[in-house]
Order: sequence, then structure tokens, then C-alpha cells
Amino acid sequence: MNITDVFTEKRKNLTSLLKLRRTFEGGQRECPKCHEMAETARLTETNWICPKCHYYFPMAPKERIALLCDENSFRELYSSVHSRDPLQFPDYGKKLAENRKRTGQQDAFVAGVGRVGHIRFAVGVLDGRFMMGSMGTAAGEKIVRLTEYAAKRKLPLVIFSASGGARMQEGLFSLMQMAKTSAAIEKFKSSGGLFISYLTNPTTGGVSASYASLGDIILAEPDALICFAGPRVIEQTIGQTLPEGFQHAEFLLEHGMIDRIVERSRMRQTIYKLLKLHQM
Amino acid sequence: MSEALAKEPTAYERVQLARKSGRPGITEFIHRLFDDFIEMHGDRLYRDDPSIVGGIALFHNRPVTVIGHRKGKNTAENIRCNFGMTSPEGYRKGRRLMEQAEKFKRPVITLIDTPGAYPGIEAESNGQSNAIAESMACMSRLRVPVIAIVTGEGSSGGALAIAVADTVWMLENAVYSILSPEGFASILWKDAKRAPEACDCMKLTAQDLKGYGLIDGIIEEGELMYSDMDLMLATELERLSKKRPQVLVAERYQHFRKIDGLYQQ
Repeated sequence: MNITDVFTEKRKNLTSLLKLRRTFEGGQRECPKCHEMAETARLTETNWICPKCHYYFPMAPKERIALLCDENSFRELYSSVHSRDPLQFPDYGKKLAENRKRTGQQDAFVAGVGRVGHIRFAVGVLDGRFMMGSMGTAAGEKIVRLTEYAAKRKLPLVIFSASGGARMQEGLFSLMQMAKTSAAIEKFKSSGGLFISYLTNPTTGGVSASYASLGDIILAEPDALICFAGPRVIEQTIGQTLPEGFQHAEFLLEHGMIDRIVERSRMRQTIYKLLKLHQM
Repeated sequence: MSEALAKEPTAYERVQLARKSGRPGITEFIHRLFDDFIEMHGDRLYRDDPSIVGGIALFHNRPVTVIGHRKGKNTAENIRCNFGMTSPEGYRKGRRLMEQAEKFKRPVITLIDTPGAYPGIEAESNGQSNAIAESMACMSRLRVPVIAIVTGEGSSGGALAIAVADTVWMLENAVYSILSPEGFASILWKDAKRAPEACDCMKLTAQDLKGYGLIDGIIEEGELMYSDMDLMLATELERLSKKRPQVLVAERYQHFRKIDGLYQQ
């Protein structure tokens, strides 16, 4: 398949995407950046990019997967993995139940296998809408299982992250997921696997400081906040206002921390090209 | 009064004990546990971060690499060491010394005592996330024995960055947590003053963590502390040194791989 053929594939792909989008609720959404109201219907057409100021709204994992993968090629894995609330943390069970109901997912990470331009790959998406995409035992376990799955089948691995960091309610169990996911990715990479880490708004704390920073290739969406300590924590610590654009994707690119910034409209094409180049 | 003293300290009291200024720091531990320590400096990229001490020493006449956080003993030292809050350069120095240890087949011993990785402009600009992640990734594949001891505060990724070990121990009054109790309370309840309450639900004491199987052992802090540390290190080093490098790496991987929240007290 020629690299440009991917666009024909993409057009085919749109049918399923539009179908999926119709199922999302109607109404309007306020852009957090320019505060303009945008029709949800219009946002689904723009891939959740504000028509006025180009702010990137978060994308639901299923939507991102539909935009990325060949039509009907995605198969979800490990969807039943869920947190057992290891510390029996106050109100955590209730919070999990609410988030499960709202998203239809057991936890914040969606894992699976799909194809882009007929190339099979393992793909995972951390969902910023599920308890801020925080990584606890369920997300950590799924990331590691997906990584091990990719290693066993010699598939490239692409993970999209959006996270507030490690999940507070699971205490040290969450912190340990940083070591666990980093070790799994390291093992995968040293066995020859290709790991593309795709950072979306926001990727912070324990996620940014573990597997997400270990990509053979690190991509980011425009203007995404990517950091270890959040801007508010830093301002409180040093007592000064932070420079404009600090910790955003463009800043990280300039400081040599990421390979490229990729617009959402070019996501599928970019992933396809990179996977293709690693097949040769 | 005597009854109150005999009682087990609460989680919050342990946090205060772990932070207490007279508590032994890395300098004492190195002095008491090792011989002929030679400190090494710098990350070979940018600068030397004094909040991480690293070097080569003898333990029972065997060369080992020792790496740990340094908070400093007085105000001037505290400031120089940034109160034990490590910057990317510190983690990169640690990683360099671990890879060097692997090359010369020296075991690695890490001593953890930090309020967390430094949240600052320069630290972020120089890749704090990347430095922590790379340090953990490096430790996960080291082909030599790795032993970690949390001696004071083990807060957040800043602590874990040098704690991906074959066996993880804690001193009796040390704490090990996802974040400082103040940070935890301010994230969860938007109120840092609720830190004492946070300590109870965070399960950050050595005793709680041992119960969950998240650490391997506890060393009591009485008169015998140093000799107990010495005994633990000698025993663990002997046990781990018998393993083939690929077995060590595979078992270390499993050590963290199996943490899925299934352990219940």
C-alpha cells in the first residue's frame, strides 16, 4: 500500500466515525480557552477542535481509535480489568461507580489491537475523562498486559496518554504502577519493539514521569500541557508567575523532550508512516 | 505519660519522626555501614546535583555502588542540597553510576529520603519526567543486585526513581507514599491542612506497607539499627549474588509486575 492511499482508507473510516458520533449527546460545549460556545455536532466534525481558537478538547478513547484505525479493525482487550480499591479508600468506590457509569468503561485505560493502513498494532488510550486519567492498579495492569501482548506478537505499540498522574486513592499501589509500566516498556523496547508515546492534554505527574516519557518516538498534540509538577504546584513553591507557554508541547519540543508536535488531522497519517517505516 | 509514650505512634507522628531534623541522613549511613567511600559527581550533561550522593565504597570488603538522597545537616547544607528535592541532573547522575556499577559487576545500594522531586522551572525545562522515568527503566534492567532502603521520607516519583530494587526495606519510622501528605490533602480535598487526616488513609507507614506486601522488611530504630542494617545488607547481598544476572532481572520485573492491588491486609 502506498503511503498516500491512507487517505482513501480514511474516507472509508469516516462512515463509522460519523455513526459513532451521532450517538453522543447533542447540545453545546464551552471552549475552556476562548469561552465561545460550540455546537457538539460541529465539534464532532472538527475532531473536537474548537472552530474559533483551535483548542483541543479531549477525545473519548473510542472516538480516537475510530479516527486512527481502519474501519472495524479494532478489537478491545482486557476490558474487564478493574480496580479492587486496595486501600478501601473513603468514597473511592462511589467515585469509581460514577465514572464507570458515565464512560461505560471499567477504568481510565482502553487497550486493544487494530490496524492502520492494514498494519497491525497494539494501541492504548488513557481517558482523561475517567478520574482525570489517573493511573491506578487497573490502568497500570492494562498498560503492562498490552505491552506484553505486543511483545509476544511482535507488534508495534502506540499509547495515547492524558492524565493528572498517579491515582491518589490507591496510594503506594498507584506509585508502584510507575515502576511496573516503566519496566514493561523497557523490556519491550530492549526486545526490539517499537513504542510510540503520544502525549495529549494534559500528561502530568506519575504518567509523564513513567512509561509516557519512554517512547522510542514521542509525539504530542499542539498546546498540550506536559509536565511532572503542575503549574500551580510550581507557582506555590517558587512564588513567581510562570513564563507564557511553559510546560506546553511547543516548550517541550524546544527543550528537546519530544520528537514532534502532530495536529489531530495528521494523527492517522503520521502513525501510519511511522509504522510503515519500521516494517522496512 | 509513660503509657502515652509506649503507644505506637500514629501515621502522622511517623511522618514527623521521618522528617525530624536530628534523624540520621545519608552521610551517617555511609559512615556507619561502609568503608572507604569515594563520592563521584556530575551527570556529564549539565551539572552536579548535591541532593543526590553517589559513589563507590566497600561493604564487608566488597566494592558496592551507593546512591541516595541528601537533605543536608544545617541550613546552609539544606539550601545547597535543595532539602533533598532532586533535579533531573541528580537522577541522571544516579543512572550514570548505576550503569557504571553494572559494568564493573558491583551491587547497587540506594538510600531514600526525599520530600519529592523538585518542582521548579529549571527542573521541568531540563526534563524532570524523563529523568525519573529513565532512572526507573534503567534500574529495572540492571544485571547486578539492587537493594533499596527508605530511611526517612519516601515521597512520590522522586523516591521511587531510585527504589526499583530486588528488595525494598524501610526503617521503622520511615514513610513511603505517592505524594507528601500535604500535597495529597491539597489535591484530594483542596486543603493542605488536612495532612494529618490524609496520613491515616494513605497507608504510608512501614508497618502498613509491609502488611500489603509492598515492601520486604522493616528495620527497627533502636540501638541496634546500624547492626541490623548491616546484617540485612549482608544477608540480602549474599542471597542475591548467587542468582544469575538474567534471573535477577526477571525476578525484579516480577516483583513489580505482580503489584495489582490483589494483596489485602
